[in-house]
Amino acid sequence: MSEFLGLYPYWVVIFLMMTGFYIVISRGNLIKKVIGLNIFQSSVFLLYISIGKVSGATAPITAEGFEVYGNPLPSVLILTAIVVGVATTSVALALVVRIREAYNTIEEDEIKDEIRTQGAGP
Amino acid sequence: MTPSTDLLTALILTLLVGTAVAVVRMRGLFPALMLMGIFSLLGASWMLVLDAPDVAFTEAAVGAGVSTILGLTALALTARRAKTSSRKPWPALVIVTITGAALVYGMSDAPGVGDPAAPASKYPVPSYVERTDHDIHIPNVVTAVLASYRGFDTLGETVVIFTAGIAVLALIGGVAVSVRNTGPAGGRAGDGQGGDQPDELARGVEPAA
Repeated sequence: MSEFLGLYPYWVVIFLMMTGFYIVISRGNLIKKVIGLNIFQSSVFLLYISIGKVSGATAPITAEGFEVYGNPLPSVLILTAIVVGVATTSVALALVVRIREAYNTIEEDEIKDEIRTQGAGP
Repeated sequence: MTPSTDLLTALILTLLVGTAVAVVRMRGLFPALMLMGIFSLLGASWMLVLDAPDVAFTEAAVGAGVSTILGLTALALTARRAKTSSRKPWPALVIVTITGAALVYGMSDAPGVGDPAAPASKYPVPSYVERTDHDIHIPNVVTAVLASYRGFDTLGETVVIFTAGIAVLALIGGVAVSVRNTGPAGGRAGDGQGGDQPDELARGVEPAA
């Protein structure tokens, strides 16, 4: 049981991930969905960085007088992932703006109604 | 971890959970976006505690800065508030609980946070740390791996950003033009008729108001 509690940062990160997932599947507003995806994404970053932590180590910048360094590889992966994440977020937001142009709403339910009454979109 | 960083970790994690729950309950999109900025900043603080300063800088600049600006731009072109959804929350809650339980089960035999004997810290990390100074002549191992050992990955990342930029332009290049066209026209109409004419641009920005 104490082992289970000792991993509490992982459980908090999984809770944050599921919060983002919940927003994505339960909210009908498209911008809200993008925000949910962002929370999910940030939680994955936090999970990787917490795996790279080494107790008693310092940041992976070599210097005199330090022997133990943290794990640099999760940092490298997540640096790439953060930038790619922003690129995908901007494409998602551009899609939302385009959908608003076509349907004059960003609520999923209203878009579905419009498609049902008018056939395919404009 | 020392007791003080333990306390700091607990504080930051509590604030992260509070922020995420507040975002779920928020109807206004503008406050939700601002909370996302705070969420990113808290995440960056925790990354600093976890000895990853490079990622913390990037997350603070890109996650809290650039993402918020992108979101605000999208809000200005769409709507400020989310409508109350008619759908029931239970199916989503059930799916989320099952997925979360599966993730917890999968992580439950992971090595603890900061365990020096964890497989992730054993191989091939020490060789990178030992060789960076000799091979690349800079002290920062993260930069050395990012820009030199794994330089092609970073080139691929740049290609992804370039592609995303082209996609955004292809999607909303025309929208920006149409907003620019209605904007000054609405402003002129408002000026000419003593301001009783509703401003076209303002109506476009806030359809809910």
